[in-house]
Amino acid sequence: MKIAVCIKRVPVMEVKFAITADGSRVDETGLKYDVNDFDLWAIEAGLQLKEKNGNVGEVVVITLGTDAAQEQIRKALAMGADRGVLLQADRAPADGLAVARALAAELKDGGYDLILCGRIAIDSMNQMTGPMIAELLDVPCVTNVFRLEVAGATGRAERVLEGGSEVVEFPLPALLTIDDGLNKERLPSLKGIMAAKKKPLDVRPAQFGDAHVVVAKMSLPAERAAGRILGDSAAAVPELIRLLQTEAKVL
Amino acid sequence: MANVLVVAEVRGGELRKVALEAVTAARVLADQSGGGSVHAVLAGAPGIAAKAGALALHGADSVLVLEHAGFAMYNPEALATTIAQRLSGGAYGYALFSATSHGRDLSPRVAAKLGAGLVPDVTGFRVEGGAVVGEHPQNNGKVVATLSLSGAPALIQVRPAAFQPAENAKPLVTESMASAVDPDASRVKTVELKQGGGGKIDLNDAPVIVAGGRGLKAAENFKLCEDLADAFGNAAVGATRAVTDEGWRPHTDQIGQTGRNVSPNLYIGVGISGAIQHLAGMRTSKTIVAINKDKDAPIFKIADYGIVGDAFEIMPALTAAVKAARAQG
Repeated sequence: MKIAVCIKRVPVMEVKFAITADGSRVDETGLKYDVNDFDLWAIEAGLQLKEKNGNVGEVVVITLGTDAAQEQIRKALAMGADRGVLLQADRAPADGLAVARALAAELKDGGYDLILCGRIAIDSMNQMTGPMIAELLDVPCVTNVFRLEVAGATGRAERVLEGGSEVVEFPLPALLTIDDGLNKERLPSLKGIMAAKKKPLDVRPAQFGDAHVVVAKMSLPAERAAGRILGDSAAAVPELIRLLQTEAKVL
Repeated sequence: MANVLVVAEVRGGELRKVALEAVTAARVLADQSGGGSVHAVLAGAPGIAAKAGALALHGADSVLVLEHAGFAMYNPEALATTIAQRLSGGAYGYALFSATSHGRDLSPRVAAKLGAGLVPDVTGFRVEGGAVVGEHPQNNGKVVATLSLSGAPALIQVRPAAFQPAENAKPLVTESMASAVDPDASRVKTVELKQGGGGKIDLNDAPVIVAGGRGLKAAENFKLCEDLADAFGNAAVGATRAVTDEGWRPHTDQIGQTGRNVSPNLYIGVGISGAIQHLAGMRTSKTIVAINKDKDAPIFKIADYGIVGDAFEIMPALTAAVKAARAQG
């Protein structure tokens, strides 16, 4: 089974973000980076499918970004992926379709049985790359997958809805976007980290095409003011009810 | 002047509240762009036309009814092809979708078919010199990107609860719309719809959310949240990732970075310390109440009202008080 996994280098979120003086982008000073969570679960899904298939085939990790993103590819290789491709670009475009075009161009002639993406990248929060790639390649697409069975040339997945879910059947080859709940990613072993250094990692320029969406500006949302502590026991409940009725007007 | 095509979300044969929000937003967009028409697509099994009235009531000039047994469940391939075909004739300046699981699945497919631009998950937008300018939360909602979208049609996803449904009654005009392809021939087949996670009301539809965290200690203690939600009558129950990872609640109930983003009028967090990943999913709630025994829990930093104390003592009292208040109101 030949599986491609699209991953993204994203900032670790446990920081206060700042915007550059010209208001055009996030200030990268002091940021740390890792593989997007959802993409880690997509890598894990790819590795498990290959293992279930007698370890026959290949898991290829593809990312789009600067040379620094080789670090994230190496992490995936250390987890067990077979090879990596970096589509080199100074900056990912704000237009999701431009990103999808670059990835689709790389995937097009790869002969993949499955293309896996994370549901969403937690930096851009676009959540559109997967279904756009599927359309560009004309392959079936199931998004937000949190349960998955693949048998031969067909798959059955359960996808998250707001307050519910859907069971979906699809033929391979297909593209799936992976949601939280499908699995937990494995940690790279020391042996895996050593092996990753010798695995192939190809670098080529990304091809985006035209873009319709551009960033006009970046800003920080208004801070929420800290509220009031009303008490330390059920004795505070009447005051809470009063405030919900009179001040917040939600009861 | 530009016409707006809006996709009204249906689940299990019922219009979702987000459909009324989207039509409300589409009306604003049409009016801002000089008085275009709003055409709402209503797709479903035969009989779905009966739901068209609510769309006209919220500002749709015309409801395009796409009735076929093949649309009884979500059919993204046939729907995307049909909507893309409708948009490709040049009759529409904009297409509007809800930023829900379905809308975020469907709209990128349509954008890719048309080579059109798509602005994801906007909390607000305006038309500026022909371009759509929308605010899109990024980096867990810690940054707001203002994105500008040019070209027609311009595709926009509106975040649930960002627009309150507003009545703007138009005469009910329906037009039947044919599927561009055989809906039964889609490769991707939705074979079962499972409604409802742990809560009785959808997290994105509920004006009130009672969310529980690890502080509740066990699955059975979520009864405290269920009881409070029942007392409100219009509340859903949500959970943190720690809770869904423990298997105390289904994954579909998870609020946060890796779960759902919610913006209810009232969010009550119980036994939730407020990990940054959870706060990312609920910080846009209008009013936040936190109940936690740790006075230093980060959730108190963003809560409007807090009670530092034992949830097992406070929750039954709060449930009784909400019941009493609603009985009076």
